[in-house]
Amino acid sequence: MQVFLASCVVAGVPLLFATLGELITEKAGNTNLGVEGMMLMGAVMAYVTAAGTQNPYLTVLVAALAGALGALIYAVLTISLRANQVVTGLTLTIFGTGFAKFVGQPYLGKAVPAEVTQFFAKKSIPLLGDIPFIGPIFFRQDVFIYLSYVLCVLAAVYMYRTRMGLNLKAVGENTAAADASGINVMLYKYVHVLIGGAMAGLGGAYLSIVRIPLWQEDVVNGRGWIAVALVIFVAWNPIKAFFGAIVFGGLSIMGMRLQVMGVGISQYLFDMVPYLATIIIVIFSTHKKRKESQPPADLSNNYFREER
Amino acid sequence: MNIRIIKRSDMPKRQEIIIRIAAVLMSIVFAGLILVIFGLNPLKIFATIIKGSLGTEIRIQQTIIRAIPLTITALGIIVAFKMKFWNIGAEGQITMGAFGATWVALNLPETLPMPVMLLLMMIAAMLCGGIWAFIPAMFKAKMGTNETIFTLMMNYIAIKFVTYLQYGPWMDPNAGGFPKIAKFPANAVLPSVFGINIGWIIMLLFVVFVHIFMNYTKKGYEIAVVGESVETARYAGMNISRIIITAMLISGGMCGIVGMIQSSAIEKTLISNIAGGYGFTAIIPAWLSRLNAVSALIVCLAFAMLIQGGTYLQVSLGISSAVSSIVQGTILFFVLGSEFFLQYKVIFGKKSVKAETEVA
Repeated sequence: MQVFLASCVVAGVPLLFATLGELITEKAGNTNLGVEGMMLMGAVMAYVTAAGTQNPYLTVLVAALAGALGALIYAVLTISLRANQVVTGLTLTIFGTGFAKFVGQPYLGKAVPAEVTQFFAKKSIPLLGDIPFIGPIFFRQDVFIYLSYVLCVLAAVYMYRTRMGLNLKAVGENTAAADASGINVMLYKYVHVLIGGAMAGLGGAYLSIVRIPLWQEDVVNGRGWIAVALVIFVAWNPIKAFFGAIVFGGLSIMGMRLQVMGVGISQYLFDMVPYLATIIIVIFSTHKKRKESQPPADLSNNYFREER
Repeated sequence: MNIRIIKRSDMPKRQEIIIRIAAVLMSIVFAGLILVIFGLNPLKIFATIIKGSLGTEIRIQQTIIRAIPLTITALGIIVAFKMKFWNIGAEGQITMGAFGATWVALNLPETLPMPVMLLLMMIAAMLCGGIWAFIPAMFKAKMGTNETIFTLMMNYIAIKFVTYLQYGPWMDPNAGGFPKIAKFPANAVLPSVFGINIGWIIMLLFVVFVHIFMNYTKKGYEIAVVGESVETARYAGMNISRIIITAMLISGGMCGIVGMIQSSAIEKTLISNIAGGYGFTAIIPAWLSRLNAVSALIVCLAFAMLIQGGTYLQVSLGISSAVSSIVQGTILFFVLGSEFFLQYKVIFGKKSVKAETEVA
């Protein structure tokens, strides 16, 4: 059981990065449907950096930058040039997929250098790792996973305990009012869309560097889209995102587990479960009417100061 | 310096066309720059793409064969997008259409006359594709469920379902243990006219159909009104649920036909990636054509050139065919950006004298 839960965390972490990123983006009032593309850009650039430099720090940094670069294209088009957010996001996914395929082609099927995989080997955190039950699940993992915990807590503190977090909320809820109160709306939108992209890039990097440390074209395999749905499921709350991501991580590996245990149902039918679960979430989340689980009021509306 | 943005009231048609063409040209230059960064010679790449898509009669035929699924899918997407229903489930609707066609092809007698067989396959494909689109449409219409994620997840479910069939109940016992579905009998394969499967005739018929449907029928008009403003539609007394569901049945049905064409004429069986990404790629030409059926045909032919040329690039120069996806994405980025300049005027410089005198 513990072993299974620990692998749920491993499977959930890429989702956690991407979900947190999209959550922050949406808090600023933008829906970026390019998560899948940004994750792929992060995944391939992380791989190339790892293969070229064997430097784990640089690998993580470049992955974040690659995701942010994708987000920058989206930001310029939707924030400055007011393009349709849905179509721009979709295009970013198509672009990112092509980008990853092209850049990764020479590396297809090759492994990540040992220097990097060793850096991301499982390491127990002293004390925390010894807590019964919880320790082996959460605190005997790799540094990349610990990074996701830190980012998750930072996001929660930032959103709920700081001035800037409050301003961010204002931008997403009522952009015109935020603008009138003197908040630099454009800057807020740009910064948070870019942070969101960087986090999606990190999620992609986890997949290509740690989860299965070799390059495959379909590393991300729809996780970016699940992240977009998870944001709705966790009601734009970073702490809930942590648990939501682990639950979905669990769902995605359940098929293989049950197959190994000898359950007589096809693995391919079980593979549908995360996608079905996402649909059920989307259906039920539209039914919830609780105030705190609603999307930011100005989500997906491009802001035109001149049309105020 | 002061930059101001002013909404344009209207723009002469000629200026609009110039801006659009400039956007496409700039995107090609920019895509070329990206290729240079990757250490490739853009002129050589573009020349190879053109040679690979139009160089010989067979290559032209190949280009058109690729344009068929792209165009019909784009037409299906246009019907949905016109309503601002973001149907990104075309990939799954194509897959399920292929499933329906395959079921008919493998279960009805091989002695059936070909036209009857093909017609039944088409009906089954339209039904299956339509049902796959109907499910998210119904939830959208009745409960306001977010259709973007719903239609997208339906893609994965359809693909996993066909994978399951391929490895499970539909696995061909005569394939020597390979997870393959049986080949279609001869009466279930689309015939060719001028060396191209008759999908091209179906494609042209659909272009005419969508053009007339969207521009000259009441239903088409209602779809456009719902897309412009749901409130207006409601105020005018339109049955919005019914419009959403009808439009999506048409959209999914057309995508289903694509599945039938691809399984019958190209693969001659059912495979899990029968849709081959056309469901996503078609979004780009659909948007580039400004949701216009006739323009969609032209844009799709151009995109088919890019795709076919990309494959040739892989074969002749060993350069990944993904180059064409990068070029496609870049073109749409630029066109999306150019729409800003169609709607707004940017004025550089100091505040106008007139504004200052008004304040004074």
